[in-house]
Amino acid sequence: MKKEGKEQLWKDYQKEIADDRYFYVRSCVRQNFFPGSETAFLKILQEELGKDVYEHPCHTTCTGIGYHADVVPFDTAMTVVARQFAIMTESGYHNLVPSCITSFGLYTEILETWKHFPEVEARVREYLYKATKRDFRVPENLAHASDVIYKFRSEIAAKGKFRLVHHETGRPLKVVEHIGCHYAKMFPDKGVGGAEYPYVLTGMIEEWGGEVVDYPERRHCCGFGFRQYLVQANRGYSMSCSHKKFESMEPYAPDLILTNCPGCPMFLDRWQYAISEMEGKTYGGDGQGIPVFTYEELAGLVLGYNPWDLGLQMHQVACEPVLDKMGIPYDAAAKYLDKHGHSLGQPLQPQKLKV
Amino acid sequence: MPDFGFKLQKDRQIDFDANDRSATRAIIETEPTFRLCIACGTCTACCSAGNFTDFSLRRMITGLKRGNYEGVRAMADQCMLCGKCQMLCPRGVSTRKLVLAIRKHIR
Ligand code: SF4
Ligand code: SF4
Ligand code: SF4
Ligand code: SF4
Repeated sequence: MKKEGKEQLWKDYQKEIADDRYFYVRSCVRQNFFPGSETAFLKILQEELGKDVYEHPCHTTCTGIGYHADVVPFDTAMTVVARQFAIMTESGYHNLVPSCITSFGLYTEILETWKHFPEVEARVREYLYKATKRDFRVPENLAHASDVIYKFRSEIAAKGKFRLVHHETGRPLKVVEHIGCHYAKMFPDKGVGGAEYPYVLTGMIEEWGGEVVDYPERRHCCGFGFRQYLVQANRGYSMSCSHKKFESMEPYAPDLILTNCPGCPMFLDRWQYAISEMEGKTYGGDGQGIPVFTYEELAGLVLGYNPWDLGLQMHQVACEPVLDKMGIPYDAAAKYLDKHGHSLGQPLQPQKLKV
Repeated sequence: MPDFGFKLQKDRQIDFDANDRSATRAIIETEPTFRLCIACGTCTACCSAGNFTDFSLRRMITGLKRGNYEGVRAMADQCMLCGKCQMLCPRGVSTRKLVLAIRKHIR
């Protein structure tokens, strides 16, 4: 398809994203995988953009992982989610922003189910009332946290100190984007750009100066897939999916990978290590991997935040090549120090992958 | 290498860019009617040699089209050149000449 045609189509796939007063719900796994991302999101919205974002101390996991792994029944998941809606309603908010893509997918699935089967909603209301004496209103607007960053991408670019360009040559960095299946493959009209032309990450990349890599397996799953991962013996299926993507993107020599799902950055990052040990193969230049970032981490880098405050030392593939290309200064000696300057300990070194 | 307890699965994707299909091109040059095959399987259904073994002309043709030559030569050697399939092929593929071309170009 011609590029102009694609751009026209993208225009037809917009979604409504509230512009203030967000009720934010965290992801259970993202906080472990990428501990700086959610803090960065709050900082960007509250301090940089002056938005009202509220996090209730009593909100919980959405049970999405358990639901997709077939250990939590749908009725239970719906009741837990109804409780999130209830504390949002009690706090006086209407715009729900989940941090997790799988949460976003689950909330969307539940709201769609209730739209078509009001009796299910009534049943869940009753469960929730019996269990907690709470009631709720459904959110007026549901946007994933990446939608919100997408909405304010030009404000972020305007305040930004760095761009996705090579600071010496001016070459735009080549970025692979991966939106995650749960963002728009289940309910395409709920994602910016739908399932075929997802624009949420592309919009950020283009706005911040980078160039999107359109490679053959761009829409292939990262391989998380819950059940493939949760059972150790099945993890080869998960890794094979990531492997297929790496092989497909390799000829385009991407500078970095940008993701918005909890599983995608985790697996696209960590599997590069496992593949290097098993096959002796690495995908970045010079024995290194292709650095992988969440959209909050990348927004934080653009805004000039300290990479170690963003939690980039937790990545398996070293992020430094991207920092060097963008011209972001960093203190290499402080990589594994906590905020009080105490050592966090040094990670073990992989045998093949250079970090 | 650490013991991960799992390993990469071999990809079963047919990669037309990566597969070397030069032998297929040579076969087409020797026997151009190869191009006419629509993979209907009539040849395989009527084949006496394939009746009691897993020999299949259509499977051979599929492998050739994909550039996957594994086992193709061994199969080509099983054909008796009786010509039954040639009488039934709805597309007029010269199947016996095709088998001979395969024997010529694939070791
Ligand atoms: S989808 Fe999964 S990881 Fe995300 S918040 Fe829910 S349970 Fe946690
Ligand atoms: S983590 Fe992977 S499996 Fe899950 S939604 Fe994202 S792309 Fe799909
Ligand atoms: S009968 Fe002819 S067209 Fe059908 S599969 Fe055999 S060679 Fe091809
Ligand atoms: S010519 Fe070969 S392939 Fe065709 S029917 Fe006879 S034995 Fe089978």
